Amino acid sequence: MATAEDLQVKPKADVLLQTGPSRPPRNMGQIIRFLLLFAGGILMVMPIAFMISTSLKWPHEVYNLNFIPDEPTIENYIYVLEDGRFYWWFLNSLIIAVITTICSVIFDSLVGYTLCKFRFPGRYIVFIAILSTLMIPTEMLVIPWYLMSQQFGWLDTYWGIMFPGLMTAFGTFLMKQFFETVPDDFIEAARIDGLNELQIWWTVAMPLVRPALAALAIFVFLGNWTAFIWPLIVTNSVEMYTLPVGLSSFGDEADVAWELIMTGAAISTIPTLIVFLIFQRFIIRGVVMAGLKG
Amino acid sequence: MKINGLRALALASATSVAALAGSAANAVEIEYWQYFFDARVAAMEQLIENFQAANPDITVTMTHFPYADYRTKVAAAIPAGEGPDVVQLFYGWLNDYVQAELIQPLPADVFPAATIDEEFFPMVQAMKEGDQYWALPTAVRSLALFYNERLMEEAGVEPPTTLDELLAAAAAMTKRDGAGNITQVGMTAGMTAQDHHWWREGLVRQMGGEPYTDDYQTVNYNTDAGLKALEFYTDMFMGENPVTAVGFMDEPQAAFKAGLAGMHIDGSFRIGSLADIRGLKWGVTELPATADGVRSNYSSYWVNAITTKAEGEKYDAAVKFMDYVSSDEAMQIWLDVVGELPAKPSVGMTEENANDPVFGPFIRGLEYAHTTKFADESGQRQLMVEMVERMQLEGMSAADSIAIAAEAEQKLLDEYYGE
Amino acid sequence: MKLYRDLTIRQKKIVWAWGFLAIPVLFYCVVRFYPTGNAILISFQDWNLLGARTWTGLDNYKKLFGDPVFWKVFKNTFVYLLLGTPVSLVISFVIAYHLDKIRFMHGFLRMLYFLPFMTSAVAMAWVWRWFYQPVPIGLFNNFLASIGIPQISFLNSTSNALPSILAPAVWAGLGFQIIIFMAGLRAIPKSYYEAARIDGVSTWTVLWEITLPLLKPTIVFIVVFSSIGFLRIFDHVYNMTTQNPGGPLNATKPLVLMIYQTAFSSFDMGYAAAQTVVLFLVLLAVSLLQLRIMRDR
Repeated sequence: MATAEDLQVKPKADVLLQTGPSRPPRNMGQIIRFLLLFAGGILMVMPIAFMISTSLKWPHEVYNLNFIPDEPTIENYIYVLEDGRFYWWFLNSLIIAVITTICSVIFDSLVGYTLCKFRFPGRYIVFIAILSTLMIPTEMLVIPWYLMSQQFGWLDTYWGIMFPGLMTAFGTFLMKQFFETVPDDFIEAARIDGLNELQIWWTVAMPLVRPALAALAIFVFLGNWTAFIWPLIVTNSVEMYTLPVGLSSFGDEADVAWELIMTGAAISTIPTLIVFLIFQRFIIRGVVMAGLKG
Repeated sequence: MKINGLRALALASATSVAALAGSAANAVEIEYWQYFFDARVAAMEQLIENFQAANPDITVTMTHFPYADYRTKVAAAIPAGEGPDVVQLFYGWLNDYVQAELIQPLPADVFPAATIDEEFFPMVQAMKEGDQYWALPTAVRSLALFYNERLMEEAGVEPPTTLDELLAAAAAMTKRDGAGNITQVGMTAGMTAQDHHWWREGLVRQMGGEPYTDDYQTVNYNTDAGLKALEFYTDMFMGENPVTAVGFMDEPQAAFKAGLAGMHIDGSFRIGSLADIRGLKWGVTELPATADGVRSNYSSYWVNAITTKAEGEKYDAAVKFMDYVSSDEAMQIWLDVVGELPAKPSVGMTEENANDPVFGPFIRGLEYAHTTKFADESGQRQLMVEMVERMQLEGMSAADSIAIAAEAEQKLLDEYYGE
Repeated sequence: MKLYRDLTIRQKKIVWAWGFLAIPVLFYCVVRFYPTGNAILISFQDWNLLGARTWTGLDNYKKLFGDPVFWKVFKNTFVYLLLGTPVSLVISFVIAYHLDKIRFMHGFLRMLYFLPFMTSAVAMAWVWRWFYQPVPIGLFNNFLASIGIPQISFLNSTSNALPSILAPAVWAGLGFQIIIFMAGLRAIPKSYYEAARIDGVSTWTVLWEITLPLLKPTIVFIVVFSSIGFLRIFDHVYNMTTQNPGGPLNATKPLVLMIYQTAFSSFDMGYAAAQTVVLFLVLLAVSLLQLRIMRDR
């Protein structure tokens, strides 16, 4: 593990931050690397391009496998967006995803930090217990959650949709691992400086794991944005549906309108894309070591 | 928490667990649940409007959910006391709901069994236990043979009326490319779609057998008739000159919608989505008969029933509502708006309806349709899928495969009815 | 009674620790442990969601261990794990490692790799199903045909189906792992690389001696988490085999799909709960094993 002395060297800003104008690759290795990654990237998104192409097709063309629609149309988008309910669904999903993300980031990192930096009896058990919650598929928890919600009057409310997702074992585990990279000496030094534990966590440790926090935010947002089974069960009124639930009503037992599903999927990707673009910068910025005080 | 008119209304009717709601002078409110589908919701809204106009002292609130997991949703809500007064359920779930005491039998004075037996198509009798009816459908579905008009013209064949004609037409409409791969199927095939119904209640019976006995508690297709039916079916894609391929275009209806299948057996619920497809000229004809003119069809339906939650005033209101949604008027509206077939011959077999080019073949099919009482429809369907897969992927003989399927299905049924 | 200020430093820390943990632990107990306990209880009962629950003791478990489908499913689940985890780990690391070194169009490339993870699983499953169709429709088979290789039956074959379904699952999950790796790579202080560069150490040695060891917490996380993920795989299989779930002939069925069908198709909650308990124990065992093997010595 790193010691304080090793980290006294304050690296140059531009090496660290890697911001500033992106320059074209400089040597053969870089060029090849770039080309391969680019080709890989194109392969990665081919299915998505196909999805978008389907969303631009009329129903009779959906089953043609052509990549470029013979008769492109934005009719599907108009249909979906004109549906007044769509905006309720979008708003609901947005509010729920934002709140759960904030809550999860805070609590998961708090718990992860505690499990990592504190020695106390029962520490391992708590960690394993929380980790074990990943091992029960949510499908089995849905029924007890429903009965609980019904008892407390949480059915068809934002709280009812949100409560299972407010803290995640995934996030806790992730943050615990990343807090391992924060040197204990930093923490000790802050204690000596007279900061209390809460302050240490918030002002010293958290900034050092910003890339992980950004990653966590992206994943929690995504997870809650796309959640389906639980919101389906706990909501009753159409105005309370989240986006995935609402979009699923474009199909019924006999038939699924794939072009509408693709359209819905395309539209749903946009907010997650935005969240990703915002937060990924923090992953890139990396960690700026401020050096030690005193 | 959002509060709006609809939600407040739904809350109000849902939280009144005991039926002793307010003074008798106020309107009685009952709640109705069904799954969400544009046309069905529209039709039900119309029915509710008519009903409320005729019964000003009753208000009906409808709540609906996306189809996915509708059953889980209802199953989770009712034991929690959140249920409706009148509920829509798939006929196949009747047994479960009766056993769990979620619904009550329809009162014999308003719904006398003998009259219903006469007035409704025969397969509705599956909703009778003993001498009481537990639920009634507003609309039913059956199977028919869809065909692509253009492909038929091209191949110079007519819509088939017998099974032999079916095979001939399919052969004429099958196209291959240079390497022998099928690029157009004469007929779609796939037990994952409606074919397993066609096989059970159609082919097996047409070959002289009876797929089940003892009120669908005993498997009976491991017989000569069953074997003949299976061989007829699998020969279509496994024989020397296949006229179809399982998994062509992923799903049978996809192939038909894409105009790459000459014929396709499907239910009346497919009509709506086919209408949307420009450039697809399709027609419908009755399921083919045997050379001797034997016909058989499969019918399924969603039914309405009164829940055990409805008591006192609400119960009376619920009975009236049930009566209305099972009436001729309601059925005609449903046919017009949703495109689902009426459950009564009096509505179905009118000149206009019985001879309608699209609905006619389906309606006529109702007269000789049977309804399978499933214990677990998807489970039993899966066994059919596997029966064919064993033959295709493992080279098993039809006789062996059908024996295995029969055994597995009997086991499933025994477990279910043993409770 | 001791007051806070009388406690030793060590004891004060313990107080703080539990103070931080109080609300979360309560949350987990109510939201996760209690329902889990409930599920375990149901595994000893017979319940079809609508009626009464009857006690049946170990019947569900006996039925489970005697069910050949269960053993097939159990094997499938482990195949998903043993194929999926290493493949996705290596691929995502290689991509993250090289992506980290690129600066030109870095953001754009990163977005390309992450996009599959963000897109609706249902939509993607449908697209992949089309890719796997036989000639003349399926993209892959058309490609094979154009270079003279006979076509492969992807989804309709009992041996090819599982890897065919694993591929989109790995594909979708790559973005997730790449991002985590990148976060891990960026958390390594640049001073190490600076020092190595000054010392003239080769790139390969830097990778093996500096990067990978410092990435260990990240790697541990990804291995454990993705193992749990593959053992729990459900969405991808279900979406790609909707009409014939887990098919053909149970070749692709993982344990969670079996649980889902038992619970929500057959409505046999007791049996489903028993399967859930078995899954839980397996996951726990595998995770503990991995954590033990990979812990710091």
